[in-house]
Amino acid sequence: MKWLIDLFTSSLGRKLLMALTGLFLISFLVIHCTINAMIFYNDGGTTFSHWGHFMGTNPVIRTLEVGLVAGFLIHIFQGLLLWKRNHQARPVKYSVSKDPKSTWYSRSMGLLGTLLLLFLIMHTSHFWIPNRTHQFTQGEELPLYNMMFEVFSNPWVVFFYVVGCVSLFWHLLHGFASAFQTLGLNHLKYNGIISFIGTAFSIIVPFLFALMPIAVYLKWIN
Amino acid sequence: MKFESKTPEGPLAEKWTKHKFNLKLVNPANKRKYEVIVVGTGLAGASAAASLAELGYNVKAFCFQDSPRRAHSIAAQGGINAAKNYQNDGDSVYRLFYDTIKGGDYRSREANVYRLAEVSVNIIDQCVAQGVPFAREYGGLLANRSFGGAQVSRTFYARGQTGQQLLLGAYSALNRQIANGKVKMYTRTEMLDVVVTDGKARGIITRDLVTGKIEAHSAHAVLLCTGGYGNVFYLSTNAKGSNVTAAWRAHKKGALFANPCFTQIHPTCIPVSGDHQSKLTLMSESLRNDGRVWVPKTAHKGLKAKEAASIPESDRDYFLERKYPSFGNLVPRDVASRNGKMMCDEGRGVGATGLAVFLDFADAIKRVGRDVISAKYGNLFDMYKQITGDDPYEMPMMIFPAVHYTMGGLWVDYNLMTSVPGLYALGEANYSDHGANRLGASALMQGLADGYFVIPYTIGDYLAHLGWNDKVGTDHPAFKEAIDGVNAKISKLLSIKGKKTVDELHRELGLTLWEHCGMSRNEEGLKAAKKKIQELRADFWQNVNVLGGSNELNMELEKAGRVADFMELGELMVDDALNRKESCGCHFREESQTPEGEALRIDSDYAFSSAWEYKGENQPEELHKEELHFENVKLTQRSYK
Amino acid sequence: MKITLKVWRQKNRTTKGEFKTYQHEHVSPDMSFLEMMDVLNTELIKKGEEPIHFDHDCREGICGMCSMYINGHPHGPLQTTTCQLHMRTFKDGETITVEPWRAQAFPVIKDLVVDRSAFDRIQQAGGYVSVNTGGVPDANEIPISKNIADEAFDSAACIGCGACVAACKNSSAMLFVSAKVSQFALLPQGHAERKERAEKMVAQMDAEGFGNCSNTKACEAECPKAISVSNIARLNREYFSAMVSSYKVTVGGGE
Repeated sequence: MKWLIDLFTSSLGRKLLMALTGLFLISFLVIHCTINAMIFYNDGGTTFSHWGHFMGTNPVIRTLEVGLVAGFLIHIFQGLLLWKRNHQARPVKYSVSKDPKSTWYSRSMGLLGTLLLLFLIMHTSHFWIPNRTHQFTQGEELPLYNMMFEVFSNPWVVFFYVVGCVSLFWHLLHGFASAFQTLGLNHLKYNGIISFIGTAFSIIVPFLFALMPIAVYLKWIN
Repeated sequence: MKFESKTPEGPLAEKWTKHKFNLKLVNPANKRKYEVIVVGTGLAGASAAASLAELGYNVKAFCFQDSPRRAHSIAAQGGINAAKNYQNDGDSVYRLFYDTIKGGDYRSREANVYRLAEVSVNIIDQCVAQGVPFAREYGGLLANRSFGGAQVSRTFYARGQTGQQLLLGAYSALNRQIANGKVKMYTRTEMLDVVVTDGKARGIITRDLVTGKIEAHSAHAVLLCTGGYGNVFYLSTNAKGSNVTAAWRAHKKGALFANPCFTQIHPTCIPVSGDHQSKLTLMSESLRNDGRVWVPKTAHKGLKAKEAASIPESDRDYFLERKYPSFGNLVPRDVASRNGKMMCDEGRGVGATGLAVFLDFADAIKRVGRDVISAKYGNLFDMYKQITGDDPYEMPMMIFPAVHYTMGGLWVDYNLMTSVPGLYALGEANYSDHGANRLGASALMQGLADGYFVIPYTIGDYLAHLGWNDKVGTDHPAFKEAIDGVNAKISKLLSIKGKKTVDELHRELGLTLWEHCGMSRNEEGLKAAKKKIQELRADFWQNVNVLGGSNELNMELEKAGRVADFMELGELMVDDALNRKESCGCHFREESQTPEGEALRIDSDYAFSSAWEYKGENQPEELHKEELHFENVKLTQRSYK
Repeated sequence: MKITLKVWRQKNRTTKGEFKTYQHEHVSPDMSFLEMMDVLNTELIKKGEEPIHFDHDCREGICGMCSMYINGHPHGPLQTTTCQLHMRTFKDGETITVEPWRAQAFPVIKDLVVDRSAFDRIQQAGGYVSVNTGGVPDANEIPISKNIADEAFDSAACIGCGACVAACKNSSAMLFVSAKVSQFALLPQGHAERKERAEKMVAQMDAEGFGNCSNTKACEAECPKAISVSNIARLNREYFSAMVSSYKVTVGGGE
């Protein structure tokens, strides 16, 4: 198994982990976003709660959730480690940097990731952690739909959620295509489509997420 | 001094085969008991070091650059010749041999040139096996082009970067041996002396350019693969670091220096733009395949490239096509250069300085389209635009001759050994194969032939006769003496603290040589140059200013040491040019011309290679002649009419 | 033209460096950047000051020796080597800051000269096809499609200058390593050793202390030879497939 350790401790292997977990988290975002978007049915939370209940209790999903937590942890841990190593690779910095020939967000994945981490801490302590704790201790779920109205009544919270979504947008804008490059999945014929899907995804998903607290706060949903 | 060419007997085509059989072999198990030093890691050095290490010898390789991959072979653009006859156009080993001998104006050794043509085919096989990405046809086979005056397409190329790809191939082979532990590589290390005891080369003295440490290295044989000395002219197409130091110091230790005045002036270089000019940039000769060389029929002072279109077709003089109808723009380099210079001397040169002629692609673009031209020469056009600011797709290039290659170099016998036993010279550092003029795409061929396919055979014979016990340690007094000499020279250079920079003195030397020992030479000019160089040398040793110390990276000190050697070499070049009162190849003596003003060779008196022997500080060198015997080719005056 | 130059001066590896400012009054737009430095150095020597050390050799954009970080870009604002950068690119009166390549793996030797031997060691780890001199097949034995040959050439065009490392925010050497791995992954000659090559070269790259690739593509944008980041994707592919499938054959069967 030494080769496996060698693989995942090599610079490329670490990036591989970032790409794989990144794509896994992207797939999670699809589910998360789809189910949360059920609030836009504006049916008093019936559809949303139905699926929320399914996600919270289905044994398969609950098992996958362990993987999801692991995915987050690996992505975060590796990300921080890479940031540190990359920082060390240039002990003396340049004194001049102007008109760089790369996008700012591609250079700022660490910063955007850190913002997302802070957001994640806030977000999970609003919903996921209390809900799961309650499930474990009391054996029943919390009324997430109602909690949402409560949480998003605070304009600051809404603001930070929107900031989180904007960070997610930039993070995905680079991360999506970058993951494919890291996995070596590139081909002149398909590069265009990967980049198109990546851009579309990074716009649509964060936009929908951002719309949720705003819609609740502005009482488009009741 | 006794020296013999060791050319094998027998029919030309069998000489090399027979010779290889007659050479003594070193037992495979004993090869590891021998140490070989290779100085320089260009095509010749890298290929030799790798090949010898593969055979089992222990090799120490040295280069002054930060990596072996930087050697100036990397800058060769056009291609490499090989008598593969892939194009079915009548090429053969004999034809490549004949073209090379004739192109060299019958001033090279038949047997050497034939061997070069013979092994040329192996070089291509070797390079392809290494993964050199040569240009290919759509069917997947190798592409060829005609190059520099050849009437067959035998030149293999990798876009305009053939030298780079070949060197990276040799560098990769070298790297493999470094990884194997068979080659110990010393980068940023300059050779400053050869150590000779009992008449045999025993090692070298080097300076670590970063720490300044002077070190001794001993070995059973020393290979100098240190390139040419074109930088003696200050301005040349050579890399800034290219120098004669290794070869020159070997010369001072007894190695004969052959044909020093044979310097090739390349016709297609970017003209000089001002006094700040530090080097000249070559535009590959392949450009002459599609470009047409012209000047206006009447003088147009200061004509710019963008104004060229204003000269009607009828007022243009395509002088190469006019004078040499059968070869046209593809005449050999010396002919093209000299004619370009003549146009400028007549006052018909173009550009701000009047020292340039046009190289026009308008017709070619009209004929085959911009895309085809771009595919062939794109990188050269881009480079030209980058340097001059002019776009060659839109207007003609301006070109002028520049010093490019030195056919002269250390005298070597058929085994590539200099007149000092155990000391070899390979590639441009020797004089062996190109006579008085080198054909295009032959330098890469020679460097790799020497390194891959000649030295691995010939060195074995010397080593086998020598025996591994016959080695002198670095504790021998000769090493100590050489180190002292090197140190004394360095201290001297640092202590002068005069008023002139090394570059200023170098530039003066270069101008003198360019003027009097360049494209055309005459007795009066050469004598003046000799005097001037002697004065310059005296000035150098009184007035040079080298700052910094010896125990650190000190590039001024490096330069100073090299220029000091150029100062001595320059005088020998002039002596050699003075002595050769004929015109041949690159060497155009105004006193020796045909009625039409073409070069006139005098075979009755000058069918020899001059080999100069160093006789001591400020002593005139002694000329030895190696008579050239032509048994297979008939000597004719070159004619490209 | 007149130029103000801020140049990094550092005596040797161990001493601390600093910027020094020079007023350069004699600049011609036709000078190359290095010629401008030559003229400045001549003036410095005349004044008894030690000239600025910088690496350079061929001065025609192919040896890869020149290595200055000019105004925030390796080799300056254009996508060329420093030796091919001409002063007409700059404005009269401009201040130009010149720094050495900055990377843990490229320590400064003196002034603007850095040690790039890490690149050589990476090549030594596997950047070759293991063929000895002689005994190889005829050059036309293996046809190679023109497409593949051209693509391999594009990868092989790397001059090893290190601009990719200098440009990368992480000092990653991925573009350099991937160019060589790609050349041999594309050409049939390289196939016999492709797995080993990718593994060994990456291991050496990591050992040298280069950073990771964040796919910012700054390297491609700054590379004087326009080496494409598609090489990096190929390296990733080569490396992962090598790591999951390579094995050593021992007597009596596989590992």
